[in-house]
Amino acid sequence: MCLSVPSKVVEIHDDATVTVDTLGVKRRVSCHLITDPLQIGDFVLIHIGFVMNKIDHKDAQESLELYQQIVAQMELETEQ
Amino acid sequence: MISLNDFYQGFRDPQTIRHLAQLIAQQAAKTTQQINIMEVCGGHTHTIMKYGILQLLPSNIHFIHGPGCPVCVMPKERIDHAAVLASQTDTILVTLGDMIRVPGSKGSLAQFRSEGCDIRPIYDPLDTLAIARDNPDKTVIFFAIGFETSTPMTAALLAQAEAQNIDNILFHINHVLVPPAIDVVMSDSRSKVNAFIGPAHVSVISGSKIYQSTVDKYKTPVVVSGFEPVDVMESILRIVRQKVAGKAELDNQYSRSVSYEGNIAAQQLVDKYFMVRDSFRWRGLGPIANSALTLRPEYQHRDAERIYAHILPTVEIDDHKACMCGDILRGLANPKDCKVFGRGCSPQSPLGSCMVSSEGACNAYYRYGEVNNAN
Repeated sequence: MCLSVPSKVVEIHDDATVTVDTLGVKRRVSCHLITDPLQIGDFVLIHIGFVMNKIDHKDAQESLELYQQIVAQMELETEQ
Repeated sequence: MISLNDFYQGFRDPQTIRHLAQLIAQQAAKTTQQINIMEVCGGHTHTIMKYGILQLLPSNIHFIHGPGCPVCVMPKERIDHAAVLASQTDTILVTLGDMIRVPGSKGSLAQFRSEGCDIRPIYDPLDTLAIARDNPDKTVIFFAIGFETSTPMTAALLAQAEAQNIDNILFHINHVLVPPAIDVVMSDSRSKVNAFIGPAHVSVISGSKIYQSTVDKYKTPVVVSGFEPVDVMESILRIVRQKVAGKAELDNQYSRSVSYEGNIAAQQLVDKYFMVRDSFRWRGLGPIANSALTLRPEYQHRDAERIYAHILPTVEIDDHKACMCGDILRGLANPKDCKVFGRGCSPQSPLGSCMVSSEGACNAYYRYGEVNNAN
């Protein structure tokens, strides 16, 4: 039960719910636990039918770039 | 621009995992000490087993599986409570996920359902509202389970039930807290744990701050970690770096969604409806003071445990003698130490809760043991 799943906001509704896309699966989830307004295109963490928080694009991007640098550096060392 | 696929593929990339393993090995070679990391949460146990992380690690890094699976730590007498509540002719019992399969002393909720009790597994706590509206002549009891991650969702359901004047929803509260369980593990003189990976989703709600006392009290690193394999590998690397440097600090690997303070709105909602319970008996760990929540007095009219107290059993029931779930939850035993693992106890026919829950350590070893050739 403890999986918290990254999803993308694809539709916003009037009743404090949004529709999210989780790798192609769409479902409506509650926004009762967050105060920041959501926009279409935001990435969020879902847990048992609720948006728990937004995922910070910039931070995620920086992590992925860091990993790419690690891969490039390690492969360079392996070649030498 | 980042895509949804990046969140899945980017944090599962085999090449990145392999290179992080090399960095971990390089760092670990700088110390002779044994690094025993407890992953508190069953979600991490599954990532570690599913992606074969154990076999990527150097010999001085060990994982010890922790007590952070809400299904695993539920004592039998609480499941018996649920069964008794569901057995009333005018009630509907709703609960989440795996809870329905965990054996109580007289069988699992699934068995009670097959015998005619109205027990409904749900994915979303707010589904309870519609069930209650559709069944005005019944009392709908939400059997609430989970750690800090899931408690706000129960609070949101209660808030909606109050706001919409839906009076036929009651709650049986079994929400538990991570830090007191860590205290039990660490205060055991047999404990070998000297570092922690903390579950990110707990801290999305509660903030990384809940582990500050663990860091200070036990002088052990805590890294709050995401659940993807790259997240876990990066967290291991951060722990090893701390160990090599002789540090014990609180660190947050999952900064893309976890802050030090956490989700304040969710915390306020929890505080409004819940207070700390004096004591709660955990499966395997026994009674732990201040380790769980209960409804505040002003919401006692929603408390099924109070309203049905006259029919709920009070006897404490321990696990089968052959079952080692208790020691496994304390981090003192490995699933494969258990004599009934894979013999008398399997996911199809579980004896203990660590095998029942899809996030339990025994279940993970059973499903993915061959991947890791785990001993």
